[in-house]
Amino acid sequence: MTVPTLGKDLVGLEHLSAGQIQLILDTAEPFKEVSERPIKKVPALRGKTIVNLFFESSTRTRISFEFAEKRLSADTVNVAASGSSVSKGETLVDTARNLEAMRIDMVVIRHHSSGAAQFLGDRIRSNVINAGDGKHEHPTQGLLDMLTLRDHFKKLAGLKVAICGDVLHSRVARSNIWGLLKLGAEVAVCGPPTLLPRGVEQLGVTVLPRIEDAIQWADALNILRLQLERMEAGFIPSLREYNRVFGVTSDRLARAPKDLLILHPGPMNRGVEIDSDVADGPHSVILPQVTNGVAVRMAVLYLLAGGAPDWVSGSGGEER
Amino acid sequence: MRPLLIRGARVIDPSRDADGVADVLVVDGKIRAVGRNVAPPENARVIDGAGKVAAPGLIDLHVHFREPGQEDTETIATGAMAAVAGGFTAVCAMPNTDPVTDNQAAVGFVVRQSIRAAKARVYPIGAISLGQKGQQLAEFGEMVGAGAVAVSDDGKPVVSSHLMRTALEYAKVFGIPVADHCEDPTLSHGGVMHEGLVSTRLGLKGIPSAAEEIMVARDIILAELTGGHVHLCHMSTRGSVDLIRRAKEKGLRVTAEATPHHFALTHERCEGYDTHAKMNPPLREAEDRDAIRSALKDGSIDIIASDHAPHHYDAKEREFDDAPNGIVGLETALGLAIRELVVPGLLTLPQLIARMSTMPARIFHLSGGTLAVGAPADLVLFDPDARWKVEATAFHSKSRNSPFVGEELIGRTLLTLVDGRVAFDRSLGGD
Amino acid sequence: MARALQRMASEIVERCFGADGLVLVGIQRRGVELAERIARLVAQTEGQPPLLGKLDITLYRDDLQAIGPRPVVAETRLPPNLDGKTVVIIDDVLYTGRTVRAALDEFADFGRPKRILLCVLVDRGGRELPIQADIVGTTVTAGPADRVDVSVMELDRVDAVDLVRGAPA
Repeated sequence: MTVPTLGKDLVGLEHLSAGQIQLILDTAEPFKEVSERPIKKVPALRGKTIVNLFFESSTRTRISFEFAEKRLSADTVNVAASGSSVSKGETLVDTARNLEAMRIDMVVIRHHSSGAAQFLGDRIRSNVINAGDGKHEHPTQGLLDMLTLRDHFKKLAGLKVAICGDVLHSRVARSNIWGLLKLGAEVAVCGPPTLLPRGVEQLGVTVLPRIEDAIQWADALNILRLQLERMEAGFIPSLREYNRVFGVTSDRLARAPKDLLILHPGPMNRGVEIDSDVADGPHSVILPQVTNGVAVRMAVLYLLAGGAPDWVSGSGGEER
Repeated sequence: MRPLLIRGARVIDPSRDADGVADVLVVDGKIRAVGRNVAPPENARVIDGAGKVAAPGLIDLHVHFREPGQEDTETIATGAMAAVAGGFTAVCAMPNTDPVTDNQAAVGFVVRQSIRAAKARVYPIGAISLGQKGQQLAEFGEMVGAGAVAVSDDGKPVVSSHLMRTALEYAKVFGIPVADHCEDPTLSHGGVMHEGLVSTRLGLKGIPSAAEEIMVARDIILAELTGGHVHLCHMSTRGSVDLIRRAKEKGLRVTAEATPHHFALTHERCEGYDTHAKMNPPLREAEDRDAIRSALKDGSIDIIASDHAPHHYDAKEREFDDAPNGIVGLETALGLAIRELVVPGLLTLPQLIARMSTMPARIFHLSGGTLAVGAPADLVLFDPDARWKVEATAFHSKSRNSPFVGEELIGRTLLTLVDGRVAFDRSLGGD
Repeated sequence: MARALQRMASEIVERCFGADGLVLVGIQRRGVELAERIARLVAQTEGQPPLLGKLDITLYRDDLQAIGPRPVVAETRLPPNLDGKTVVIIDDVLYTGRTVRAALDEFADFGRPKRILLCVLVDRGGRELPIQADIVGTTVTAGPADRVDVSVMELDRVDAVDLVRGAPA
C-alpha cells in the first residue's frame, strides 16, 4: 500500500491539505518507536545526502533534524552561514546551485528571511524542508506541537489552543495556526497588541487581549519565546512588566477552570513568558515536544524522499 | 528633415479639447497643420493613421535612469529609448543617482546625455538636499539655470519638516514644484510590503498606509503654510486620496501622481514572495487601488507617472527582504492604462492623454502636451486596440524587472516623434 | 485455514520445544493477525502463551530508493530483549524472499536471538533470494503475473486464500 506524496518541498502548513497534515502525523507515530530501539537507526534513507543549511544559529532544531536524518541512515552535511562562502556575500541562489551541483537529495534550510525556503525550493530540484524562514513558517515545529497535543487529547478537532506571546514575529505561531485550524481545532492568540500581526483575526483565530482570558478559554497554551530585542525595538516596555502582565504563572493557572496542557517551542526565557514552576510542572509537555520533534522530522524526511530528484534513475518493482 | 503626414488618425489633443479624425502635418520639427484633407508637401512621408490615435507625446514626471552610477541597469540613452518605445517624448529623471544630481554640473550632465541620446527629452530633477541627506538645501537656482525642472529627494522622504518647509518656500523663487516621496521612515522602518493580511500570512514586515498618509498630510499643511507647490509622488492609499481631495477643495497648490502598478495591482501580488511585486510605496489593498482609480477619474490625482525603476535581473533574484524596490514601467504604462482605465470605462482616451501628457507638461512647466500648430512636434501615434504580450527580452530598457511580463496589454505605440524627428517607429522592425 | 494454522502451531511447538523462550513475530499487515491466532492456539496446548511481537519492515525494504510514493509505515512492537530467544517470523505469503531478508536485517538491530524460524501460511514459489520457510501452511504454484491474496477475518471479514490468475508475463 502506498500513500500520496507531500510534493517536492515542505515550505509551510498553509498550503497543505488536512489530509497531508494528518498523513505526516500518522507517519510520525511508528517513527517514535525507532528512537526507543537499542539501535536507533533504520536504513530507510540509506544513500540519501542531506544538507542542513542554517543561515541562522539554531541548536535545537538543527540537532533534532540531524538526529532524524541519522536515524534514517542518511548522509548529512551541516553548513552554517558563518564560516562558509555565504558569509562572503554569496547569494542564496548561488549557494543553492553549488550544493545542487554536488548532487544532494535534500536541503533543510533555516533562514532569517521569510520566503527563503520557497525561494530555494523553486530553484533547485532537491527536496527542500523549511526549518524556519523569518517570520513566515516553521512547519515541523507546528507539526510536533500538533503531535504532542494529539498524544494528550487523542484528537485535535474541537480542541482549544491559545498561542500566547509574540505572534507578530513568530513563525511557530503561523505554522500552528494553519495546522490546527485545518484539523478542526479552535485557535486563539493572546499577547500585547503591539506583538499581534495586523489582520490576524482574519486568519480565523480569536484574539484574546489578556492572558487571564486565554487561561479561562483554552485546553492548552502554546507559549512563545519573547525575544529580548523586542524590548529594545519598543514593542514592550520591559521584560519585568511583560511577565507581570502576560507571563504564564502558576498563580494564574491556578484560577483556570481545568488543567491546561503547557507547550513551549523553546528555548524558554524562564521568568519572562513562562515561570519555572509552570515549565517544570506536571502539565508541561515541553520535553515530550522535543522527543516528538525527532519523530515528526523523520516522518517528513521519509515522506518527502518519495519525490526523488529526477537524476535518480531506475525503478524497482514493489514486492508482492 | 522630411515632412511627415499622418492621415486620418483620431487626433486627441486635450490642450485644445480636440478629439476627431484629422490629418497631422509635421514640417521642420513643428506641427504645421491639423485638420481635414491636409495636402502633403512633396517628398513627405505619409502614414495611414486609420484606426490609430495621434496624440501629444506622453510625458513621465518620474523615472530613474541610473546614470551616473549604475549604468549596468540603465543609462540615459537606454532609458530615453525605452521612453520613446512606450510613447513618451519627455521624461523627468529623479536625482537619486550616484553621485546625486544635487548641483549645477550634475544637472548639466543629464541635459548633455539627453541631447546626445536624441530620443525622448530627459529633463533633470535636482535634489532638494545635498546628497539627498535631508539636511542642507541644494542650490535650486543654479540647478534650474542648468535645466532642472523640479526638485525632489525621491527614493527617500524629506524627513525634516523644517527642510520641507524651506524647500517649498525657496522653490517659489524659481517657480518649480517640490516633489516629495511621502514616507514616515520611523513607521515604515524595515517594512518590505503593505501591512495587511498578506504581510501577516507571509511573515513579512509591513508598511502601514499611515506611513504615507502622515507625510501627505504634513506636506499639504506645509503647502498651505508656504504657498509653495508640492507635488506628491506615487500616491498609493485611499487615505492619501482623501487628504489630496480636501487640499484641492481648499485651493492649495498640491498636485499628485499615481503609477500604473498602483492602479493595476494589489498586495496579493506579493504571494509566493514575488520580488517583482516589491515596490516602495508598496502595492496596497483593492480598496486603495480602487481609490487611486477614482482619483484619476475625478482629477484628485492629476497625472500618471511610471516610477520607472530599473534593476539588474539578478538583483530581484533573491530573498524578498533583500530585493530592491521598483519595476521598469515606461514600456508598459500606456498598455496598462488603456487596459485598466480606458477599457473598463473609467477614463476616456482624451482624459487618459490629459493625465499622461497635457497635465504633466503643465505641472512641471514643460513644453509638449499639445498638438497646437507651431508647437514642437512631440507626438505619439498608437493603436488603442492592439493586444500584445509583454516580453522581457523585447524591452528597450536595459532591465527587465517587470511583474507584467507574460501579460496581455491593450494599446501599443507605433510611432513616436520628438521635435519632429522619428524617435521610434515600430514598423521599422526590431519588434 | 483454521486447520492449517492448527497444524502450523503444533509444528512450531514441536520444533521449538514448547512455548518457553518463544517469540512469535507477525509481519505487518496480515502476518500480525496470523501470529496472534497461532499464539492463542499455542497457549491452548501449552497452557502458556508465547511472547508476541509485530514488525514493520518498510524502512528496511531494499527498493525504497527506487519507488515513488512512500509506503505506509505501520507499528513495530517487539518484546524488550530478543537475546537468547527463539523467534518465529510469521507472514501470510512467501514469494521473492525480500520481505524476510528485510525482517532478518531488522532483527539484527534488536538483538541476537538464539534461533530464527520462518513460518508462512502460503508458499507461492518464485524466490529471488536463497530463503526457505521452515513451516508452511500450504504451497501453491503461481506465476509472476499471478497474485496470491490472503484474507483474514480480523481485517477482511473472511478467512481465505485466493489465487488470482493474471495474464502470463
